[in-house]
This record gives sequence, structure tokens and C-alpha cells, in this order.
Amino acid sequence: MQDNLILRVMAKVLIPVILIYAFYVQFHGDFSPGGGFQAGVIFSTAILLYALVFGMDRAADVMTDKLLIALSAGGLLLYAGTGVVSMLLGGEYLNYSALASNPLTGQHIGIIVIELGVGLTVASTMLLIFFSFARRVVSR
Amino acid sequence: MLALTVDIFLLVFLIASAVGILFTHQLFAMAMLFGLYSLLVASLFILLDAPDVAFTEAAVGTGIATVLMLATLAATKESKEKPRKKLSKSALTISIFTGALLLYGTTGLPKFGDPEAPIHTQMADRFIQQGQAETGVPNLVTAVLASYRGFDTLGEVTVVFTAGVGVLLLLRRRYKPKIRRNADAG
Amino acid sequence: MSFIEGHLIYWLLICLMMVGLYTLMSCSNLIKKIAGLNVFQTGAILFYVSLGKVTGGTVPIIAEGYESYSNPLPQVLMLTAIVVGVATSALGFALIVRIREAYKSIEEDELDNMDRLDD
Repeated sequence: MQDNLILRVMAKVLIPVILIYAFYVQFHGDFSPGGGFQAGVIFSTAILLYALVFGMDRAADVMTDKLLIALSAGGLLLYAGTGVVSMLLGGEYLNYSALASNPLTGQHIGIIVIELGVGLTVASTMLLIFFSFARRVVSR
Repeated sequence: MLALTVDIFLLVFLIASAVGILFTHQLFAMAMLFGLYSLLVASLFILLDAPDVAFTEAAVGTGIATVLMLATLAATKESKEKPRKKLSKSALTISIFTGALLLYGTTGLPKFGDPEAPIHTQMADRFIQQGQAETGVPNLVTAVLASYRGFDTLGEVTVVFTAGVGVLLLLRRRYKPKIRRNADAG
Repeated sequence: MSFIEGHLIYWLLICLMMVGLYTLMSCSNLIKKIAGLNVFQTGAILFYVSLGKVTGGTVPIIAEGYESYSNPLPQVLMLTAIVVGVATSALGFALIVRIREAYKSIEEDELDNMDRLDD
């Protein structure tokens, strides 16, 4: 698909919009529909579109396997780590009220951090799965 | 009443595309039908007051699941299903029996959209009345997902991570495995 | 009449699930089996979310001027189920790719025959 001009131009226009939308869904998820799961999936579709139109190799140069594995494990650790931190600060596991002096602020911090963890894990796992499949197609 | 009519209209479309998935022998057509099916499911979620779920389904079902199906088709180099006999009697019997049991089960359910149903009078009240005061988040879906049911979500994220690790372990090897050399000869 | 009106959606969803179940059991092509499994899964998810709908209610995001909201709990559970569902079906697709590489076929009856020849 690399030589199709219309596809390339449309993809170049669409990809930044999709990426910004993913960030909006991630960080505005407290007030409007959205959250980590949706944002992660939308983010990965943007990279997926890039890989489909401009070729796997160029996408894999930016998103290397090592980076993706680190991100997906890191997101999960961020989530679980938030629970440990709230435990060290005197609350129960994953009780965000202990994260700040004001319970409401603590809840807010906790929700944003764990949504970030969810988003990281989902986005990088989806990309990892897609790249594994795509490599099978290319190498055969 | 109008909303119900639209719901039923979409559901009939859904069943039609599911039957299309069942009967088509072209696997690429099946993948495209599957994308259409997911888009219909997403619009149905909007009608059921679940924009968060609709979001997810639109991105996951129409985007990633369909692309993964196409990638599998490309990797296995299959485009057509082998023609098979028209009707599988045992599968049909089991499906109809299970369906009949489930239909019998629905007779005990409260009516669709009934505000007095037990599901709306026990837990939901507490989430709706105190959710924002306790978490400071107006989107109750996010509040329940991240705060009230934080353990549950941690488990789900772990499952996603584990599935990713599994795919990586299965597909990472660069060389082609030769497990059954006698498969061609036999 | 009102009984039928109140339950028709559940019945149609059960029909949808059964179409998925039949696809899962009757097709011998493994990719189609996974598609059938996904149809079954979305049917169950829709059923679950439809239980949380309240007539006259609105989207569960607290806002001024609205009193009645749909139930957020089924939506939360199903939202995560969708993402987990696609991750697990990706695992299934990966297995199919490996099966095809080892057996050179993804039709269930052919795989059965090959296994029988081995014994």
C-alpha cells in the first residue's frame, strides 16, 4: 500500500488527530465518556494505521519490541504500585484516599495514575500483538 | 416506544449479519462482515446508554479485532472455507436446547428498562447518589472502574498483559517450526 | 402484550447468542470458530448491558438537571470484558497460525484425520 498517494495523504492527516483524540479520551475520562481502556485502544489504532500504510519496518523503528514490552509491564506495575503506595501511606491496598491529605484529592490522583497505567498496558499490548502477527505475514 | 423500535431494528440487522458470518464461505468477506457487526453493536450500546462501552467496542471490534482477523488470514494464506455438509444436526439440537433454556430463564427477569428492578435498587443507588461525593469524578463508569472496583480492573489488566505475553511466546520464533514432517507424506 | 414488549429484546439477544453458538460448533474452519465465539460473546455482553438500562434514564455521568441514570455497574464489567475478549481471541488467532504452520491446515476434520493417522 506504500505507493497509494491518497491513502498516504489521508493517513498523514488522520494520524495526529487520532493520537490527540486518544490523549483527550485518556485525560478527560473523568468528566466525559472515556478512560484508560478506550484511550489505549484508540492510541494503538493510530500506530496500526501508520504501520498498514507506511510499512511495518518504519513503524517498528519507532515502537521497538523492547519498548513495547517495557511499557506493557510498566503500566501494570504502575497500577499495582499505586496500591502498594497507598498501603505504605496507611490505607488499604488501592485505597486512594490515603494518597493525599484530602481524601478527594487522593482519589483524583489515584484514578488518574491507574488510568494511565491501564492505558499504557492496553496500548502497548495491542501493538505487540499486532506486530507479532504482521511479522509472520512479512517473513513468509 | 420509538427507542425500543430502533433497538429491535438494529438487533434484527445484527442477527442478519451474524447469520451472514455463519453462511459465507469466503473468509475475507466474513472478516468484513465482522467489522460491520461490531459497528452495529457499538451503535446499540449508545442506545443502551453506555457510551463508554460503545467507544471500546467501536475501537476494539471494528479496528483491532478485524485487523487481527485479516492478519491471521494473511499469515495462514486461507481465503476460502472448505465446503461442508449443509446442517450439523447435533450442533443445531444443542443450540436450540440451550436457547430454549435461556428463553425460559428470561421469563423470570424484570421488564426491559424497569426502574424498579432489583439491579437498580441495591448497588446502583449508592453509586449514583454518593459516587461523585466520594471520588470527585462525575463519570460514574470511571469512578466504579478505577476506584470502587479497582481490584477487578487490576485483574483485567493482568489478563490483557498475560494474553500479550502468550501471543509473543507463540509467534516470536523466527524460524519455521517443523513439528510434523510426516504430515505431508501421510 | 406488555410482557412481550418488555422481553422482546432479551429474546432477540438470545437468538443472536445461539447463532454464535451454532457457528462455533458447526463450522470446521478454526478462524470461523473464533468469529462465532466472538458473536456469542458480544451477544452475552449486550444482554448484560441491556439489563442495566433504565427507561427515561440517561448516561451515567452526573450532571445538573438529571435525576435518573442508567446503572453503571454492568457497563464497567462489560467494558473490561470487551478488551479482555479481544486479547484472548488474539491468543486464539496466534494458536491458529501455529497450527497452520505445523499441520498445513486449519480445518478441524482434517486435523482430526492427521492425528488418527499418527496413532
